[in-house]
Amino acid sequence: MDSKGFSWYHFAAPQRFYRLAGIAVPWIGALAALLIAGGLVIGLLIAPTDHQQGDAYRIIFVHVPAAWMSMVIFVAMAFWAAIGLAFNTRLAHMIANALVPTGALMTFIALWTGALWGKPTWGTWWVWDARLTSELILLFLYVGVLSLHAAIEDPRRADRAAGVLALVGVVNVPIIYFSVKWWNTLHQGASISLAKAPSMATPMLLGMLVMALGFWAFCIAVSLARVRIVMLERERHTAWARQAIGAAT
Amino acid sequence: MTPVVLPMPSRTRRPPGALQGMRCAFMRDLRGVLRRRTDAVAALVFFVIVVSLFPLGVGAEPALLRTMAPGVVWVAALLASMLSLARLFADDHQDGTLEQLLLSTTPLPLLVLAKMAAHWLTSGLLLALGSPLLALQFDLPTSSIGVLATSLLLGTPLLSLIGGIGAALTVGVRGAGVLLSLLVLPLVVPVLIFGAGSVGASEAGLGTVAHFSLLGAMLVLALVLAPLAAAAALRIALE
Repeated sequence: MDSKGFSWYHFAAPQRFYRLAGIAVPWIGALAALLIAGGLVIGLLIAPTDHQQGDAYRIIFVHVPAAWMSMVIFVAMAFWAAIGLAFNTRLAHMIANALVPTGALMTFIALWTGALWGKPTWGTWWVWDARLTSELILLFLYVGVLSLHAAIEDPRRADRAAGVLALVGVVNVPIIYFSVKWWNTLHQGASISLAKAPSMATPMLLGMLVMALGFWAFCIAVSLARVRIVMLERERHTAWARQAIGAAT
Repeated sequence: MTPVVLPMPSRTRRPPGALQGMRCAFMRDLRGVLRRRTDAVAALVFFVIVVSLFPLGVGAEPALLRTMAPGVVWVAALLASMLSLARLFADDHQDGTLEQLLLSTTPLPLLVLAKMAAHWLTSGLLLALGSPLLALQFDLPTSSIGVLATSLLLGTPLLSLIGGIGAALTVGVRGAGVLLSLLVLPLVVPVLIFGAGSVGASEAGLGTVAHFSLLGAMLVLALVLAPLAAAAALRIALE
């Protein structure tokens, strides 16, 4: 124990982080449920109907947060992979590992809701637009990281190899973000930016921000829950993990 | 078939310098390919066959073929270079040479770069040189043929460099061939877009400067970063 106050290294031990995550998961999960429910109420009931797209635009409240998270999680995964590779910590790799399925899910949701949105507004499920294509490539990268990790049997080697791939693939995330500006095609530009006033009505903006926060909380809660399981799997030979498994069953 | 032997410096000599080590690795890989020519030729034949399948599949409409040609040739080049990439480090891993390379006094990224260069010389370069013939089959105008070949000359080194990272990551993994394509193909999409796009841009009268500059920029970036990433991946594979 560090007696001189708080230390970041304190929770780097899987055993302590396991307990911390165990406390955090229900709270963050409840927060996610509240925020997503609130965001849906604002988005589906309170926000006004769009004068161009009618009610079809309302899928934006799921589509945009999912697309944000798909990119944020990839960067977070690469960040933890870099920490893991640089400092050779087990926990960082476990977190990176736990983030991948959630990131792939978010990418899939973004693509799926985008197709559902594209049909009534653009008249087509899919176009080979730069942003759609980059998001699809992001999904392929997630699948690549997942399958590389699954193909290597030794978990520590798998962690490090997947980490290198994540760092190589992270180059793709800025390309997605800037693709709308670089290849100006069918997909609309960003509706929200820090540089100028938002180009949408206040309730819409509020609904989207609440939903985005809800998606953040959801992703954090799910990833923490998954990292606890990864920890138990990896540390099953230790006394504390045996105890935790025994307590759970 | 005679095994390829790395020339060993005698004990009395100084350890080889970085350039000499790179030259050794480069010549060794080149000699290996020259002694097993079928591998390199097979990739080239694969390239020709894939491209030739398209007119049979989509119909022999000349206007359609002309617009498709750059993309078809580029995709086929991508697939053909995947074939030989799987063996970039796998053979060396099997016979233990890779461990010797890791222990060498020459920095590993430089050796990896030499191996990638040898790979490009025996795969990408051949594809680029063979592409004008295929472009003729698709009735591309002469100016576009030159642009296509140049874009392949600029782009195929990127395939060897980025693909080398994937080859290093999948060393010693079961089902490495399929996994390699799964990892590398998404990463080389920008190369495909700018490579095939350059022909369209030149036909539209926009010039090729922008596309070739971007390809060149990616090439410079990959020349520096890809050997480092591949070397890191090799160390992970063999630790």
